[in-house]
Amino acid sequence: MHMADALLSPAVGATFWAGTLGTIGYCARKLKENMDEKMVPLMGVLGAFIFAAQMINFTIPGTGSSGHLGGGMILAVILGPYAGFIVMASVLTIQAFFFADGGLLALGCNIWNLGIYPCFIAYPLIFKPLAGSGASPKRITIASLISGVVALQLGAFSVVIETLLSGRSELPFGTFVLMMQPVHLGIGIVEGFVTAGVINFVRASRPEILESASSARPLSGGISTGRVFVGLLIAAVLTGGALSWFASSNPDGLEWSIAKVFGKPELPEKETGIATALKSVQKRTAFLPDYDFKKHEGAGEGNRGTSWPAVQPGTSVSGIVGSALVLAAVLLIGLIIRALRRKSV
Amino acid sequence: MSHHIVEFQDVHFHYPDGTAALNGLSLRITHGESVGIVGANGSGKSTLLMHTNGFLLPQSGSITIGDQKLDKKTRQEVRKKVGLIFQNPDDQLFMPTVFDDVAFGPLNLGLSPDRVRECVHEALETVGCLGLSEKPPHHLSGGQKSAVAIASVIAMQPDILVMDEPASHLDPKSRRALINLLMHFHHTKIIASHDLDLILDVCKRCVIIKEGRVIADGPSEEMLSNRRLLEENNLELPLSLQKRDFSPGGDMDEITKLHHLLGHWAEHNSEHAKTYRDWAKKAESLGRKDLAELLLRIAEETVAMDRLFQDAMGLCR
Amino acid sequence: MFDSEYFNLGYLDTLSYRDTVIHRLDPRAKLIATVLFIVTVVSFPKYEIAGLLPFFLFPVLLFSLADVPVKFILKKVLLVSSFAVFIGIFNPVIDRRIVYSLLGVPVSGGWISFLSIMLKFFLTITSALLLIATTSFPGICHALQKLGMPEIFVSQLLFLYRYLFVLTEETMRIVRARDMRSFGNKGKGIKAFVHLAGTLFLRTVERAERIYQAMLSRGFAGRLHSVRSYRFSGADGVFVGATIAALYLFRAHDIVGAIGRFSMRVF
Repeated sequence: MHMADALLSPAVGATFWAGTLGTIGYCARKLKENMDEKMVPLMGVLGAFIFAAQMINFTIPGTGSSGHLGGGMILAVILGPYAGFIVMASVLTIQAFFFADGGLLALGCNIWNLGIYPCFIAYPLIFKPLAGSGASPKRITIASLISGVVALQLGAFSVVIETLLSGRSELPFGTFVLMMQPVHLGIGIVEGFVTAGVINFVRASRPEILESASSARPLSGGISTGRVFVGLLIAAVLTGGALSWFASSNPDGLEWSIAKVFGKPELPEKETGIATALKSVQKRTAFLPDYDFKKHEGAGEGNRGTSWPAVQPGTSVSGIVGSALVLAAVLLIGLIIRALRRKSV
Repeated sequence: MSHHIVEFQDVHFHYPDGTAALNGLSLRITHGESVGIVGANGSGKSTLLMHTNGFLLPQSGSITIGDQKLDKKTRQEVRKKVGLIFQNPDDQLFMPTVFDDVAFGPLNLGLSPDRVRECVHEALETVGCLGLSEKPPHHLSGGQKSAVAIASVIAMQPDILVMDEPASHLDPKSRRALINLLMHFHHTKIIASHDLDLILDVCKRCVIIKEGRVIADGPSEEMLSNRRLLEENNLELPLSLQKRDFSPGGDMDEITKLHHLLGHWAEHNSEHAKTYRDWAKKAESLGRKDLAELLLRIAEETVAMDRLFQDAMGLCR
Repeated sequence: MFDSEYFNLGYLDTLSYRDTVIHRLDPRAKLIATVLFIVTVVSFPKYEIAGLLPFFLFPVLLFSLADVPVKFILKKVLLVSSFAVFIGIFNPVIDRRIVYSLLGVPVSGGWISFLSIMLKFFLTITSALLLIATTSFPGICHALQKLGMPEIFVSQLLFLYRYLFVLTEETMRIVRARDMRSFGNKGKGIKAFVHLAGTLFLRTVERAERIYQAMLSRGFAGRLHSVRSYRFSGADGVFVGATIAALYLFRAHDIVGAIGRFSMRVF
């Protein structure tokens, strides 16, 4: 599931972008220190491989529905966590541009959800210990299955958290979790099977490829997974801290500060109780009789008590008329430019 | 300049799985030569090419490129002299735009940005692809891709061009354009190909290899018209030399044969005429009116001659 | 399915190499403007509708100035399998408080917030697609590098872009062969997919090997250099400045309300 711009608040989007950018920078530094130059084309072409493979649908047994590859696990196993993460991030970036999957603000979240968990949690903490160094297909299958499931569960859970923190959806936490996690259990199992299948296929037909890829990659035991984990833990705590700070002290975080900068008098948007929600709806919703208040901020003070939902017909109509006019004007501008361009060509 | 030699002396090479790819191969190519390497699949052609650039190093025997013996230390230098053009232009063109791709080599040579732009310009002009500079490779046709692949290599100004199946991806027209382009290069050329007609057109000398050894070496016309020699090496006569049997029964009579030969002789006339005219223009722009006029006349005569050929072919029907 | 996706990809890419006023702008300017636009749009609170309408001016201007085919982009936006729609549709189900009566028809808060999500969805996705339709991907990568993205990530993006088309084409051939021989759903299961992906993977690694050789033969020593110079011109500055000014105006002032009231007074 790709997170979408429209469900995000700027604060949440920016926080996850910060985490993602930090990780990209960290991986880039790690790779620069000790990477075989052979990896440069290999990473690029494998990214294109994941991209192409994702476009192939296959039927999931027992359900009749179709699924496709995620790819994070395969990349982590073959390229190691650092290069794997960079490649996954680039695949998601291209998708955000060319397929508009989610959007550009949500890209930070999507790289986080689909890149960090497979590369820095599932691979080092689950896949590696379970698969061991031996080449037993059975162990690889079990390791891929469990890490696929864990990575996707974490990813799905992050989607829930990101959506709730942004406060654009009405879904309560419990319902949302119950909706997301089971679906992604299935997706995770499929991902695990496909990952295991591809790795075992390659191991059976050309074992030297996996070996040469793993010898060219930087993380061949030199860096302890413990350090990576601690780093991530710190990042998580910092992110969580920043998020909760945004969410609690600044209602709607960044947009609160933007409003401040822009000087638009905005009321706290955090809807908790029905009462505050109603109040904010009354104050902010464009179609509502608030227009008069804004215009005569001082004089209209007494009207605030107007019982809800008594709509003042005049102002409400002015909102609709305004909307219609704005849309018509926008459309007209477009048509005029088009006409002018046609003429000049 | 005669020191641009390529010399293989008793080179042996085995792949890790035990296949012997080169089995005491010896070969000497001097400056300005154009040499075709032909042989069946698995004869060692590709392995031979991989050695010219130091991707593979001989396990015994020695290779000399120019005045340098090829080894781990010198191969970086050798790669500046030897431009290797790969079979599939998609593997050769790895940068996002044509310009970036052609600039890749000159930049690695450490040239200044201005000099790099000049090199790119010259190289693209040589192959007639100046207009494609800003395009991404996946927007090019097969013929354009292979021309740009060549530009990307000649931009580094190598002394020796080594090509692996240069025309295998091309349609007949692009293939012909490529052949014309190659005929105009003054570089030392080593071309491995199954396209014997291309070898016949481009290379003066032809080397036949089999099981990692040189079986025959000599002028292309001689080598490639020797049906027995070719067939022994799983090859066949170039199509242009094959006497095809068009009539439903029996042998082709001499007149039909002449008709085909005339076609073959006259094949390039119109292209040549065009080339002469192009050069006439160039000569004129250089202020050599005398040369320009002469070239134009040659072009006219060529066109006239082509008409005579067409007449002769008409009479053969 | 695969074919049409591939076609869309290629078409969008072709659009980005056109030559119009918008295409000629510096990629950095367009990237910055797009990001600011998206952030401003999503910064509107949950129940905002009218405030979002003036923002339609941006896509309309880009569509017309850059001569981007409207139908193609709109189709793409509508076809995006959207998580936003899937999650947003729960709002009317859960939030049923009637907050407004539109000419006598009661409207719930959930529908208003859902409409707001849809408007934001449309604006953000369209602006991202318009960015790529008016800026070549190498240009965007260059902008990213200039704006501080690590070199290795940028070169990775460029490689990916270069081989995306090569590999999707190769994949398309394999998929066609699969579909031709699979009747109904036979041959489209996970096992067949794994075999297909495995084969594709091996070919890809072999290709990487050949590319590496091609790079080496042209003097590659670990870095991808570039001599490109994009210039951030006056026009780019004006473009970014105008965008910021308009975004500020639309975000901080109640344009729709003002126009509405004004027109009411006139009529």
